[in-house]
Amino acid sequence: MLDLEFMRIAFAVGAVVGVLAPAVGFFLVERRQSLVGDGLGHVAFAGVAAGYLLDVSPVLTALAFAVTGALAIEWLRSRGGTAGDQALALVFYTGIALGIVLVSAADRLDVGLFQFLFGSILTVTWSDLWVVLALGLTSLGAIAFLYRGLVGAVLDEEGSRVAGVRVGLMNTTVAVLAALTVGISMRIVGILLIAALMVLPVFAAQRVAWSLRSTLGLAMGFGLGSVLAGLALSYYGNLPPGGTIVLLAAGASVAALLVGPLARGR
Amino acid sequence: MHVSTTPAIELDGVSFAYRGGPPALEDISLSVEQGAFVGIAGPNGGGKTTLLRLALGLERPASGSVRVFGQAPGARGGPRVGYLAQRAQLLSGTPVTVRELVEAGRLAVRGPFGPLRTADRTAVAYAIERVGLADRAGSPLRTLSGGMQQRAYIAKALATEPMLLALDEPTTGVDAESQESLAALLAELRGELGVTILYVSHEFGAVEHVVSRLVLVRRRIVFDGAPAELPALWHDPSHLH
Repeated sequence: MLDLEFMRIAFAVGAVVGVLAPAVGFFLVERRQSLVGDGLGHVAFAGVAAGYLLDVSPVLTALAFAVTGALAIEWLRSRGGTAGDQALALVFYTGIALGIVLVSAADRLDVGLFQFLFGSILTVTWSDLWVVLALGLTSLGAIAFLYRGLVGAVLDEEGSRVAGVRVGLMNTTVAVLAALTVGISMRIVGILLIAALMVLPVFAAQRVAWSLRSTLGLAMGFGLGSVLAGLALSYYGNLPPGGTIVLLAAGASVAALLVGPLARGR
Repeated sequence: MHVSTTPAIELDGVSFAYRGGPPALEDISLSVEQGAFVGIAGPNGGGKTTLLRLALGLERPASGSVRVFGQAPGARGGPRVGYLAQRAQLLSGTPVTVRELVEAGRLAVRGPFGPLRTADRTAVAYAIERVGLADRAGSPLRTLSGGMQQRAYIAKALATEPMLLALDEPTTGVDAESQESLAALLAELRGELGVTILYVSHEFGAVEHVVSRLVLVRRRIVFDGAPAELPALWHDPSHLH
């Protein structure tokens, strides 16, 4: 399997995505914004369609659209007088509607589009790998550097505000990181399933962890394990990687749900 | 010895209304001296939490001015404030340990960037020990009783090395014994650290004997003085309704 170049690239991209998606998802889940990744995925779909229409890299246009969508959700939530779920709904449905219109205009309702929607090992290229490595490692570095501020804003938003922390900056950072994660993960997991990889490993980790830090660490471990095992299974079983990866993450969540009470009894 | 005469809190002619609502506070003028332990009481909806939020810069007055140690509240580099919000509790399913919660208190000192340093860890350990939770520092908060959880939040506020400790209904859902012990702890802290304490509560009985001053709020300030001066009938806050 690893003697094939496309599999080596897929594993390298998958390793970054497997660690990054739950790390960002951790902060979304803690802020009760588990569905933001889903909404941004639909905005990224419009970005892919725009890329087709403009004949530029769909990955780059998807990233641009997702970041814009994330900033819009955060702005509507914090300053637009809109509840979080309403802001998400507005961006979510605008994204999917725009995507359908643009895909139709580009006349690209084809296999290429499905690969973005559901993920595909074969389509990952070297240039994708460099983009994923650059953005993924930068995002992980940002999380490490801002960890205390991000956690503070999650644990006690007003307390952090009183402490002089720029909570708006922290929230915007999480939103942009979520958008970047969606953009760089869609090749492997697919636009429709990336949100699951951001949320399910965190859900699993919460059930067996004993602290905030262990929750984050275990979530990243579950994410990495799901992606690597999912890619291997999809290769040998000729299965779609996105669905396989997410089914493994869901399995880990169910297992953690069953084991959790035993772990808490420690 | 030089003692600063700058008030810890100064509200001058402050009025406030939530968007589209009736006035929550009208023409509030209040000056709290440094090192005071002030109880702010009144009926639910009377505006006592709003008053505290204005003092912390979490709300902006429609008119009037607010100063904290002579500065606009929330100003960068301003006085450090330890804040315990009303019904502070963790909503997520993640197990947060006492130490992790208290470490968040160091944001006011160290800022949000990079890891904590040795001095921060020492301050965190001291704050946890000071509230009597040293042996539970590594325990998830959700495994502690309501009273112990409130102590953990007090430790978080202490870890900011505050000049002002602002507590909003800190004993909600806590048994009478824990309320008394919290009041005693706060009185000790005031004595040791000289910290100014604002204590908001609709049931001020537990702290009545330790506060130096009592302010009753019902949209306006209806009483401001020593607890002993409070008319006997008013010891029941429901009287204000």
